[in-house]
Order: sequence, then C-alpha cells, then structure tokens
Amino acid sequence: MANPVRVKAGYTRAIDFKHGCVEMKHGSGGRAMAQLIQQLFVAAFDNEFLRQSNDQACFQGSNERMVMSTDSYVITPLFFPGGDIGSLAVHGTINDIAMSGATPSYLAASFILEEGFALSDLKRIVDSMAQSAMAAGVPIVTGDTKVVERGSADGVFITTTGIGKIAEGINISGENARPGDKILVSGLLGDHGIAVMALRENLSFQTSIQSDTAALHDLVANMVAAVPTIHVLRDPTRGGVATVLNEIAQQSAVGMMLYESKLPMRAQVNAACEFLGLDPLYIANEGKLIAICGADDAENLLNAMHKHALGKDAAIIGEVIEDTHCFVQMQTRFGGSRVVDWLSGEQLPRIC
Amino acid sequence: MKYIDEFREGGMARKIAARIAAEVDARRRYHFMEFCGGHTHAISRYGLVDMLPDNVQMIHGPGCPVCVLPVGRVENAIQLAQTPELILCTYGDMLRIPTANGMSLLRAKAQGADVRMVYSSEDAIKIAQQNPQQQVVFFAIGFETTTPPTAIAIKKAQALGLHNFSVFCNHVLTPSAISHILQSPEVREFGVVSLDGFIGPAHVSVVIGSQPYQYFAEEFQKPVVIAGFEPLDVLQAILMLIRQINAGRAKVENEFTRAVLPQGNIKAQLLVAEVFELRRSFEWRGLGLVPYSALKIKSCYAEYDAEQRFPVPALSIADNKACECGAILRGIKQPQDCKIFGTVCTPENPIGSCMVSSEGACAAYYSYGRFRNRDLCTVQNN
Amino acid sequence: MCLAIPAYVEQLITGDQAIVNLCGVRKEISLVLVEDIVVGDYIIIHAGYALQKLDQREAERTLAMFAEITTLNNNDIS
Repeated sequence: MANPVRVKAGYTRAIDFKHGCVEMKHGSGGRAMAQLIQQLFVAAFDNEFLRQSNDQACFQGSNERMVMSTDSYVITPLFFPGGDIGSLAVHGTINDIAMSGATPSYLAASFILEEGFALSDLKRIVDSMAQSAMAAGVPIVTGDTKVVERGSADGVFITTTGIGKIAEGINISGENARPGDKILVSGLLGDHGIAVMALRENLSFQTSIQSDTAALHDLVANMVAAVPTIHVLRDPTRGGVATVLNEIAQQSAVGMMLYESKLPMRAQVNAACEFLGLDPLYIANEGKLIAICGADDAENLLNAMHKHALGKDAAIIGEVIEDTHCFVQMQTRFGGSRVVDWLSGEQLPRIC
Repeated sequence: MKYIDEFREGGMARKIAARIAAEVDARRRYHFMEFCGGHTHAISRYGLVDMLPDNVQMIHGPGCPVCVLPVGRVENAIQLAQTPELILCTYGDMLRIPTANGMSLLRAKAQGADVRMVYSSEDAIKIAQQNPQQQVVFFAIGFETTTPPTAIAIKKAQALGLHNFSVFCNHVLTPSAISHILQSPEVREFGVVSLDGFIGPAHVSVVIGSQPYQYFAEEFQKPVVIAGFEPLDVLQAILMLIRQINAGRAKVENEFTRAVLPQGNIKAQLLVAEVFELRRSFEWRGLGLVPYSALKIKSCYAEYDAEQRFPVPALSIADNKACECGAILRGIKQPQDCKIFGTVCTPENPIGSCMVSSEGACAAYYSYGRFRNRDLCTVQNN
Repeated sequence: MCLAIPAYVEQLITGDQAIVNLCGVRKEISLVLVEDIVVGDYIIIHAGYALQKLDQREAERTLAMFAEITTLNNNDIS
C-alpha cells in the first residue's frame, strides 16, 4: 500500500465503518489515507508482505516460467447473489493465471474509490476479497488506493494483478487446438450473467440462480496432473462460451462443432434467456472453464474434473474440426446445425 | 418449458418435413412469404429451409418493426434524447440502430443523453413518476402486439395526472403492409415475384385475430396460415399451405389455435381504438410510403403525444444506394444477392434495415451462417 | 416479430398483476389486457403484459395433429 505511515492508536479517531463514507482525504496521502490502509486493507488482507508497510512486495523468485495477468473489475450492481465485485476481482485474476496451467502465487490490488462511497460497503467488499484470497491460498501482497470526485467513478473500481509459475512441460495456449480434439466445459453455463441481470433495474425477475464466481486454479491443478498435455484452457467470462470458442478457433485456425444437447445448463438460465430474448451461449460465467485436449485424453480429463467440486457437472460439449473459415458451429437439439457467431455489440434484452 | 419445448422437437420436425416432401407436387414450385421476423428467425435458427424440398421457397417479409422503422424516425428519437432535461425510454431493440451518420441512441447516451432501456411500457411510467422535474418520452415501436401496452401507458399517465410523460408513437399495422406487398407491381403485374401464400403472424394475430386476413384470401386468392413462432408450428403451417394450394383453395387457416381466436383480443383492440387513430400514410424502411399503415395518438390524448409536445421534424433519409433491403423485404431478392451483405454490411456495422435487428432477414442469415451453407456441406454430413 | 412466451400463472396479486413462473424464473406481469385468469392458467406474455390465455386443450390438439402425421407417414411406407 502506498507509503502507509503507522498511525498511533488513540491519536486519531477510529474510522466509522458503519456510517462513514469515502472522502477526498482518504486518497490524499495524509493521515486519513494511512489510517484507512491500516484499519481496512492491511487488517483484512493481513500477511507478512503488507505488514512491512512498503510500496512493494519483495519475494523469492523461482527457476520456473512465470505468468502474469491483470484485469479491471467494474460491475453494476456491486453485490449480487453468490458474490460481489471483491470476490470477482480475486477469482477473475486467479483464473486468468490458472488458464495457462500455472499455479498462482501472489496478487496485487488497486482501488479507485468514488468520493461519497459508503465505507460499510467498501469494508464488505474488502472483507470479501480477503476471504476469497485466503480460501484460494493466494495472498494480496501489495496495492494502491485512489479517490476520485463524486461522479467520476461508479462506487468502486478494482484492478487486480497476479503472478504465478508454470511447471516444466506444460504448454497451454489458445493456438494449440487441433482438429480431432475434444472440447470440455467444467460445469453449468450462464449462471453469473443471469444472476446479475436479474438484479438490474427494470428487468427485475426473481430466480434462485447465484453467480458461479470461483477460483479455478485448484481444479486446473488436478486437470494438469491428470492430463499434462491439455492443449487449451480459457474461462468463458464476458461474451460467454460462444465468444471464447470463436477466439480460440481464430487463434488456432480451426473450426469447432458443438452439440447443443451436451451443453450443461440450468432450466432457469434457459427460461430467463427465453424471457429476455437472449442466447445462453453468450452469457457470462465467472467460475467455469473451457478445456481442449486430444481425443484420447478426453475421458481421462473429464474424470479428473468430475472428482473436483467445481467440475462435478463437467461435460464434453464438442470437438475441434478442420475449417479454413474458423467457424464455430453447433449441432442443434432440433437436428440441424448452425453457425455460432461472434457476439455483435452488447447483448441487450429485446421485445422483438 | 411447457408449451415451448414440445414445439421444438426435432424428431417430429423430420416427420412433418417427410410429410411435406410426400405431399408437394413435383411439377410446380411453391413460394411462401413468412411475414414476421419471428418466423424468419425460427427458420434460420433451426435450419428449416434445409428440411424443405427444393421446390418450396421461403420469402422473408417485412415483419420486423425495428427493421422497417425509417432512419428519419430514429434520428428524431436521437434529437429528442439530446434535448436537455429529457429522458428517452425505449426497448433494448432500438438502442443500437444506426442512422446515416453513424449515430445511435447508445452513442447519444455515451455523449451524455439520458437514454434508458425499459422492458415494459410500465417502466417508462415509473421513470416519469420518479423524475417529476424532467420530461420523459417513451419511444414506442412495434406492430399490433406491442401497441396495447403503449395504450395502457398513456391511459395510466392520464389517470395518474402525469404531466411529464409522452409517447413518440411509431406503431405500425400488419395487414396494410401485406396489402402493399400484394399490390406492388412486382407481384401483381410483372409477376417478377410469385407469392403463393402467407404464413400469418403469431403474436400480432393473438391481438387482431384471424379475421383481418380473410381479405387477402378472398381478394388476392392467396392462402394464409397463421402459425406460432416455434419450428414445428412453422413446418406445420407450410404443410397446411401446400395442402391448400394442391387443393386449389385460398382460405385463412389457423395453426396457432392455442393462442389465436378468430376475433383476437377484443379488450386490447378496444383500448387501442380508444387511444390511437390511423395515420394517412407512414414511411416503411424498404417499402416506402404505405397508406394507412401506422397509428398516431388521438387528439384527445394530445398531451401525451411527443410529436405535439416537442418539435419532431419530418426527416426522410434515403438508404445507402448499394443496399438491397427494399427488394429483400418485397421478396424480390435474397440477402446473399446483395453486394454489400456480409462484407460492408454486417451486424456490427449494419447499413440496411434487414441487418439491424436479429429479426431481420439479413441478420438472421448472417448470424446463423445460413449463407455459408455451401461451404459447410462436408462438415454437416459428418 | 414480437417476442412472447407462455408462462404459468402462479399467483394473482392486487392491481391486475400476477406472478408467472417459467421453470423457476418468476416475474410480475400485468393482466390488464386479459380477463378471467386464474392460478394454473398459462398466459402469453409480451413486454410485461399478458396478451392472451393459452388454450391448453387447443395446444394438445395441435400436438395431436403432429402425431397424426406420423401415422400418415407410416401408411405411405406400407
């Protein structure tokens, strides 16, 4: 955290996390900022690196290849069934690291806070981040906060950066899909997108669907242990499965054939999509991954996934095919096939 | 999903398709227009064309309210949205529609206009109640299905004494558009387009009933089969049309009996008649001016008419010259006959009306890859 | 087109409103345009409004019509 000066107990009044709100002074580099860092961030994320109160975290490197990834999190609403922007920010970056087959080591977190944002909400978010990081075993070792004037941000924006290391012999990349490979998904699709959309103003419909936000590195470790030659891993977040598979098809210069009847999905997600005129293949996930591996390894990989709580609904959903056009297609439950194109623009609920 | 999934059952679809193949007369061709974008969407999404014999051709009609709304009216809506202290509410469908200079309601919003997406006309009323200091305009579009909810909103605004709510009305009428197509020279005189029958709208007919189509059957001797939007409904309607033609009949038949009554929804019709009246003429994108094809708000509800309350100039903006939407909407051309289809004109950058909404013929072809079929034959046979 | 779907009426609430249930997704919709709706009906919903009661007997009849086609096809073959 940026230059946190130790605050003497009793010298300053304790922060009122119940009624207080973010003020410009919390980002000005003075006593108020130091106090916020100590009493909120350091207290929650508590680890040996933060306790040193330096602007950086210093740790031993390794001889293995390192992986680094960064992502910014902005979401409305900040709190949703199954998670919040804090858990999302921790899981998302851990997942981005894990999709290379790496073991995530450390995270950094940076906050842009809007003047007037309730400290109670901020504390809830920070506690949720701390809990998620603790559960994942990936500490947040350095960070930063800035405060912007009211109206210049939407409550809180969080950027997390992670690093991790990859074991020898693992080569997982979006350009490795080969014709004949099988495509697997780790679980039920569309939960996050629908859980969040159900809360949006004007659309209010009630579901029991919760966001699937989760850290996938442990599942990935099991998968890599079972099948070290996995070709591709990717998490189908924004744009959903359709977008991710189109990206991989382009990168690998191959086509894909999905089987609609094999896609694991809740009836509720399908029904919500039916209400809003949306296609579930384009709905975001925050705790799912797509894996592509050689056909001979697919059953083995599927078994490894089934043994993990986050992979119990895993399924083989399609295969990689030769196609110079790099189309993603789907054999429909109905019996035909159709192209599953890139998402054009934003998915908006429609009436016609 | 009960009453949905049963009508999407692939095995049954193949049986109906086999029946169609058994009953078509190989010596003739059948040209059917599905008026509605909903049917176009189902045909593309489920690949129904691939299940039909070669001598049965589907022509995609202009039944997509987003597609047929002229650019000038979208421009009007953008200008309204850019008025200070004004909130423009509309359905999600309208937000991305581009105008000639590349503007859209989403872009206007990005530049500071207060544009809100609503799911229901009721939401627009709520926004007006919550923002008494601001004018709230509901940019209303749609066919007969979507008109009653707009009428309810106007009546509700009156009952609540809301003085900051008005409607920019763009509701259009299905029967007039079908008449226009049947009377077009291509169909009537030149015979460039042969139209042997219509698949009638599903949810429009829920409101207006099956009776309004009698005129087409009698005057133009064309059979009409009203059908639901699920794939089995569409296939069944095609079979019913083929049977009528083979028997030399031209009747109105109803496949969608689970929702369409001969008289329709009278309560909804009365409400619409109370609030709206016919416009003498209205421009349809792709079709041009169509007489008595749209509704305006009656003068006794003028207070809720955005066209009375704000300056809404008549703007006639021509479509791109290379765009073939007009010909596609009249059934003269197919999307892939258009030079700019899939190259310059894509769902990301729609030039013509048929590409702007997923209901449009071009967008449906593009998104579901129907135009790519020739390349895909090898794959599909696997 | 006009996107509309049939959903089950789960509960009638005040002010001509009802809660419908589609596979566990619940939504409040308006009944202003329809009459005589009771719990257990299926209604066709468009943009937050019920447009019509779904006639369950007619739905079964349409499905039966599809089934007849199977018989016709079989007769062709034999």
